[in-house]
Order: sequence, then C-alpha cells, then structure tokens
Amino acid sequence: MDGALILEWVLKSVFILLALTAGFAYLTLFERRMIARFQTRIGPNRAGPFGLLQPVADGIKLIFKEELIPASADKVIFILAPIITVIPSLIVTAVVPWGSVIRLGGRAIPLYLADINVALLYVMAVTSISVYGITLAGWSSNNKYATLGGLRSTAQMISYEIAMGFCFVVPVLLSGSLSLVDIVEKQRGLWYIFLQPGAAIILAITMYAEVNRAPFDMPEAEQELTAGYHSEYSGMKFALFFMAEYIKMIAVSMIFATLFLGGYLLPFQGWFEKLPVIGPIIPYLGPFVLLAKVIVLLFGFVWVRSTLPRIRYDRLMAFGWKILFPLSLLSVLVTAVVVLLVQ
Amino acid sequence: MLIVFIVLAFVAVGTAVSMLVTRNAIYSALFLVLNFGTVAILYLILGAPFIALSQITVYAGSVVVLFLFVIMLLGAEKLPGGEPLRWQRFLAFPLVILLVADFAVNINRLGGTLALIDLPPRGYGEPVEIGKVLFTQYALPFEITAIILLVAVVGAIVLARPQQAGVSRRDLYKRDTQERK
Repeated sequence: MDGALILEWVLKSVFILLALTAGFAYLTLFERRMIARFQTRIGPNRAGPFGLLQPVADGIKLIFKEELIPASADKVIFILAPIITVIPSLIVTAVVPWGSVIRLGGRAIPLYLADINVALLYVMAVTSISVYGITLAGWSSNNKYATLGGLRSTAQMISYEIAMGFCFVVPVLLSGSLSLVDIVEKQRGLWYIFLQPGAAIILAITMYAEVNRAPFDMPEAEQELTAGYHSEYSGMKFALFFMAEYIKMIAVSMIFATLFLGGYLLPFQGWFEKLPVIGPIIPYLGPFVLLAKVIVLLFGFVWVRSTLPRIRYDRLMAFGWKILFPLSLLSVLVTAVVVLLVQ
Repeated sequence: MLIVFIVLAFVAVGTAVSMLVTRNAIYSALFLVLNFGTVAILYLILGAPFIALSQITVYAGSVVVLFLFVIMLLGAEKLPGGEPLRWQRFLAFPLVILLVADFAVNINRLGGTLALIDLPPRGYGEPVEIGKVLFTQYALPFEITAIILLVAVVGAIVLARPQQAGVSRRDLYKRDTQERK
C-alpha cells in the first residue's frame, strides 16, 4: 500500500462527498424549477442567471435561522439524529462504480472507490441503518406528531426494504456476482431492465418508498402529522434532514442505474469502443454517462411527486406487503429458474 | 492492525457495559447498535465481510429497530430507579470474583498451549462459499430454520387477528363508531 494509493482513495472520497453535496444543492433547484413548470409557474429565477444561485441563498438563509430545541426534548439524541440520518446517505455510494479502469499519466486508475465482493450487501446494511435517524428524531422531539411520523416512516422503510432486497437479488442471479462492478460489466450486451423489467419496476417503486418521497411521503403528511418526524427541527438541523433526503434520492438513482440500466456503460458500448477515433475516449465518459442516467431517474422522482397524490397509510402497507412483496418473490423465482435453464 | 483491534475492543466492551448500566432504555438500545457495529468491524478484520455486513443488516438494522419500536410504543424509556430484586446486588460481587478467578485459572493453565491461528485462505467466507456450504452441508438445519420462521410468521398473524372469528377489522371499526354515536 503506497502513499499514492492512499492519496488516490482520499481524492476519490472527497470527490464523491463533494459531488453528492453539490448534487443535493442543485437537485433542490432542479426540483423547484421542474415542479413550477408542471404547475405552469416559472419557479425561482431571480438569484443569478436562471436562478442558479438560489441554493446558495437557501443555504445562507438556513444558517442564519434560529435553532430551537424543545425544552422537553432529549437533547443528545435530538442533536445526533440529523447527523445519523445524513451519514448513511453519504457513504452508501462508496461501492457504486462511476467508470471502468482508465489510464492517467501511466497509472491505471479504477473509477470506483471500492470494488468489494459483498457490495450489494453493503448497500442493504447501510440502508437498514438509515432508519435510525428518522426514528430517533421522532422520538427525541417529545412531540406526538413527530413520534407518530417517525414510527410510520420506519415501518414503511422496513416493509419496503424486503421487496427491495429481493429486487437486488435479481441482478445478482443474472450476473452471478454481488460486486457492483461485475454487475455493470455483465450488462455490456443487454441492460438488465430489458431482461427483467418486472423487478426493475418493483425496485423503482420501493426506491420511492425508501427515500420517503411522494406518493409515499407519509412521514410528512401535513394534514395528519404537521411535518412528521422533523416537526420540531429548524435551521441547520432541518437542513440536514432535507440534505439526507435529496442525497438519498441521488444515491438510490445511482444504485438503480447500476443494477438495471448498465451503470456507466453507453448503449452499444462495445460497438462504440471499436470506432477508430472516439473509441479510446469512451471509457473516460463513464461518469458522464452515469450522471445522465441519474438525471433521467431524478426527473422521474420530480415528475411522480408533482403528478401523483399521496396514498393512505394502511393502503401503503397493504400495497407493500400484499402486492410488491409476493411479486418480488415471484420475479426472483422466475429469474432463478430461467438462469438455471439457460445454463 | 493491533491498534485498531485494541481501540475496537475498548469500544465494544465500553458500549456493552454502558448498555447494561444506563437507566434509559433507548440509550441502551443505541449502545447495543454501536456494540453490533464494532463487532461487525472485528469480523471485517478477521476476513469475513459477508458475516460482518449480515450482522449489521440483521442485528443492527432490523432487530434493534424492533426493540426501539416496542420501547417507544410502550413509553418504557425510563426504567425505575430502584431494583425490584435487592439481594441481586449482593450476590453479584461473589459471582464476579468467581468469574475472574475462573478466567485467571484457565488462562494460567492453557496460556502456554494456545497457538496463533493462521489466516483463513483467500476466498474463505465469500458469499459463494457460504452459499455452497449452506445448501449442501447444512441444508437440513437451513430448511428447519425456514420452517421455524414460517411458524413464527403464522403465529404472529394469528395473534394479531381480531378477537372474534369471522369478524373483519372493518366491521369492528364500524360497530365501534356506531356505539359511540
């Protein structure tokens, strides 16, 4: 392990963290502008050209807001909860590859932070940890709306995690590996969304539930629970919850693109790489290809939010347990049988 | 590696002790999560990433969340200050001395004969290997576990059903609201 390797890892980690936080800032702007368009409004366009400085303005506003801690709150956990929520969303993308191995100045640099052979299990572990922040935020606020919101969202996330886990199994069965790099490389021929569209659709639905976004934004159902688990939070602590939600959106989009949309691969990547002039440049485009796919998926998030109404909580649980869970089991079964028959 | 191990060992023991000592059930559960996390890192150091991540997913991610649920829903965060069994405390001291003495005797007796274990071969404990062992050598225990879990699920559904047979929850709710009117 030489010094250059450690420097490489540090640089990559810093890049991932900066990309995610910058992505969060501009995702808020993207969402506000898009929702405004869906509702035939213009949206924030005053701060800078096209409103590009709006996230900066929002950030400054949140920093200078007063931070309140309710008198009867459990102070330690109340302060820890937003931090516990943000950390899993930042570290979950460590195993997602954003390019293949490139050569830079005579040194082979893999464009991923870690290629571990239990990468998908790592994703499952980190997402299962991420429910703590929300539960604890709800409980420590000592507010019945917050507690109910926290419990609701935890129940929802645990329920949908099961169907999500089974959808993760499908690409594993198809590729024969738990490593995300292997899964992407096996999709050179055909993306898995074409091989197993059912599992891809179920995964997409569970993703929306996992990040508590509309139409599954139960914890924030204003009419019933004011603002759910973050009712009592203000200032930067509220901003951290906000940040966690948006970074999770980016992270799950990256994971979905990696599992079913070929990750950093262009369509017909093999054909492109054989072209005379642009062929050698293609591997360097990996991060941009992944970024394009993530933007398309994020547009889906915004689109769904501005189109679909929130569904009732009991129906949400029934949908997760009685429809998505059996369907995901079925898709695993069908995939396993077909993989066995083809072999 | 040794430094990492010593730090982790202290954190693991510290969180385990704090879990027992603290009088707030929520803090206890959180110390348990930290303890599971450090134990998972110890597994990682031992070259068993699959077990490490399963530990986090299953124990830290699911089991303790259910503990938290129960604690929050019952409102049982604050444990009572006094102990219901007062004589326990006096019994504890002799037992601790006995345990330490037992450790001391056994370490003295076996200390010379214990040897370092070699690192497991590369690829040991990988998901593929675990799957192979699970579905060949341990196929029967695996299936028995599955049946036990199935029984538990059926039991939970039976327990959670409304009291009278043949009456749906919706009917109960309707009757309830009518009575209130």
